[in-house]
Amino acid sequence: MSKKVIKRLKSEFGDAILATSDFRGDFEARVAKKTWKKVALFLRDELQMNHIIDITAVDYPEREPELPRFEMKLIVRSMSTNDRVRIAAHLADGEKIDSLTDVWRGANWAEREIFDMFGISFNGHPDQRRILMYEEFEGHPLRKDYPIGKAQPLVPYRDVSGTEKIAPFGAEEGQPWGRIDWAARLADGDVQVSPSISQQTGGRKALSTGPETSPLAEQEE
Amino acid sequence: MGTVKQVIGGLDAGFVTTKFTELLGWAQKYSLFQYPFVTACCGMEFMAVAGPRYDMSRFGAEAPRFSPRQADLLWVVGTISQRQAPALRRIYEQMAEPKWVLAFGTCASCGGFYDNYTTVPGIDKIIPVDVFVPGCPPRPEAVFDGLMLLQEKIQTGVKGPLVVPPKHLPRLAQLRQKGSTVDFGTEEIKRLEAERSPADMKLLEQKD
Amino acid sequence: MEPHYEALGDEQTLDLPTEPMRLNMGPSHPAMHGTIRMVLDLDGESIVDLDLQPGYLHRGFEKSCERGTWSQVFPYVDRLNYVSPMLNNVGFALAVEKLIGLEVPERCTYYRTVLGELARMSDHITCNGAAAMELGAFTPFLWLIKVRDWIWDILEQETGARLTHSFGRIGGMAAPPTDGFRESTLAIFDEIDHVMMESEALLMKNRIFLDRTQQIGNLSQEDAIAMGCTGVILRSTGVDYDVRKANPYMFYDRFDFDVPIGHDGDNYDRFVCRFEEMRQSMRIIRQALDQMPTSGSVVSEDLRYVLPNKSDVYDSIEGTIAHFKLVMEGIKVPPGEVYSFTEGGNGELGFFIVSDGSGTPYRVRVRPPCWYNLQACRDMLIGDMIADIIPTFGSINMIGGECDR
Repeated sequence: MSKKVIKRLKSEFGDAILATSDFRGDFEARVAKKTWKKVALFLRDELQMNHIIDITAVDYPEREPELPRFEMKLIVRSMSTNDRVRIAAHLADGEKIDSLTDVWRGANWAEREIFDMFGISFNGHPDQRRILMYEEFEGHPLRKDYPIGKAQPLVPYRDVSGTEKIAPFGAEEGQPWGRIDWAARLADGDVQVSPSISQQTGGRKALSTGPETSPLAEQEE
Repeated sequence: MGTVKQVIGGLDAGFVTTKFTELLGWAQKYSLFQYPFVTACCGMEFMAVAGPRYDMSRFGAEAPRFSPRQADLLWVVGTISQRQAPALRRIYEQMAEPKWVLAFGTCASCGGFYDNYTTVPGIDKIIPVDVFVPGCPPRPEAVFDGLMLLQEKIQTGVKGPLVVPPKHLPRLAQLRQKGSTVDFGTEEIKRLEAERSPADMKLLEQKD
Repeated sequence: MEPHYEALGDEQTLDLPTEPMRLNMGPSHPAMHGTIRMVLDLDGESIVDLDLQPGYLHRGFEKSCERGTWSQVFPYVDRLNYVSPMLNNVGFALAVEKLIGLEVPERCTYYRTVLGELARMSDHITCNGAAAMELGAFTPFLWLIKVRDWIWDILEQETGARLTHSFGRIGGMAAPPTDGFRESTLAIFDEIDHVMMESEALLMKNRIFLDRTQQIGNLSQEDAIAMGCTGVILRSTGVDYDVRKANPYMFYDRFDFDVPIGHDGDNYDRFVCRFEEMRQSMRIIRQALDQMPTSGSVVSEDLRYVLPNKSDVYDSIEGTIAHFKLVMEGIKVPPGEVYSFTEGGNGELGFFIVSDGSGTPYRVRVRPPCWYNLQACRDMLIGDMIADIIPTFGSINMIGGECDR
């Protein structure tokens, strides 16, 4: 289905196609970053690949210094022939790559996101700024060396040590697989229905003694 | 003319004052104007809660007011990201007293399983919260538990945040429990008893 | 007394100075479609320029996936397009199975199809209902929410949860279909048809609704294709691209269904396309339930990826070892990278996954259909008025969880 795309690319660009692969039906061609845009234009103009699917990047920091750190991926398809192809390019940290916004307009936000998440800059991008994170954020989250828990709050956190967000139930509450002895609990009357306010704000025991008797319940007997 | 009794304020908390506070609490709790600050998946359960089956207007809390100046209950529905936090804070500050906050969902209560660089770990780190409704997303019944807890809180004026507990107890035991706050008739008990197996019924009978 | 008319000549026309106004439609706004910020440049009421700022619901999905195991991605994936979570589950499971090269039993594929199509119906109901409500039609919204609750009852019966099921597994599903699955699903379809007809009767001939949605938010075919739009946005412009027909996956080539196509690319076409897609989903579900085998496993037999039966765990050595390895180490997906795409609620939902051979995903990139559809929103809105933002934005079905991830 997309084999002929790879063939056309090879016949047009020759050695500029550094590697091709066919894995589980996905056809991919790797190019150098300086031919990134030329290949994109060829795909759009000569092979009618007018439908952009995705542009993304993958971070392999442990590949350095033998291979560059980032790998750009471009996935496009043709509306008329339903062919698909994936183009890859290696990119080192700090290098810039051509923007594809004037090839396919949909690349605009995809490249902004790659800039935001990985820190890869694009030559000729009309509006390169952060899109998912806020401007004050420092760092690029999807890089492998950005720790996942490192938050940079915009609003400083309140001190919540005074108010206790203590749930009025114990560790095994609500867990059907816990070792709850139903017979014993029912026998003791030690059950917990929607706890009243006094239970939530007064005693902090998990299994409380049950709510106060309401007059209506007595009538039922 | 008689002595003039101070009705509002002052140290003299007489009959009129407490009755007035009770009346005010009753009026406030049954006419909550909500500001639905909806961000994520919990918004879908929020729609269901406002929908015809689980009907929020039974509690008087149906009317959304999309201006914080006109609302008194801030429903924070869904995950709040660090980028969204200033907007939430500003909306809370724009609301006039008295105001309450209900944290709908686990992400609003404690950040959920988004333990990362971009999620606020619970909105009580940004604004004070009155009721937490955990669940991902919480069932509409849990939301109503939270709303009723909030109503009790408004009526009794208790301080501090409250959390909706899980309902783990089998239904029949809940009903038969002395002093159960669930208020149903004998028909329901009979129906549930008919569904029970004889062994279970024996167990329950022993308790009585 | 007769009115006195005087024709205003050219020299008497007032030249009022105007300047564009910048208005912020902030991240918290009434349209219940997630949070987005629009900075509008307005000339009076017309939109001159529009800067859409998504990202207010960025929850770090892709980074969170890199922290757990392959199976632990399913809850995160559920919360992407949270109105049709089953479709995301199925999409991710198919992606990992493509990378592994794992086959699942037929019954599992049919089961995934039916649950996925139910999720798609739930997605379209929510979108259309909320869009109608924002235009002032509160009643169809409530009727459609009623329908959605019926669908969620079925999903709850099957998966245990109304909304975020996390029911998909790599190599199958978490549990087999319940006994009443077929009957309870078919039982609601007649009523769904009836409610949909009633909602359409209220909306489709309503002068206000038509004026607010027809010829508003137009998108041309070339723009839609260049922007990477897929799904209803693309089909409403007249382009016939549905992943289920173009690249059939699961058993979509065995079913007989149509794909509704619009022709103007306006809000009205998108609205009608969604209703029609719901009807086609019901058609697919009926056929799938007919063809689905009534017995058989819904998980693959391959013990490297699927937990064995509990009886095997306790009785056989292979079961014990397999269970131990899977629970302690997680699924080991062979190294490689693959891009797998399905038709999500909003369009082509793709997963580009990279595995390094360990039990932890190396990179899980989700190609969100909303992301590219939302980019096209700017094209749709420039030239229209502020009030047109509401139906246009509602018809895009931007789901914050999927767009911002």
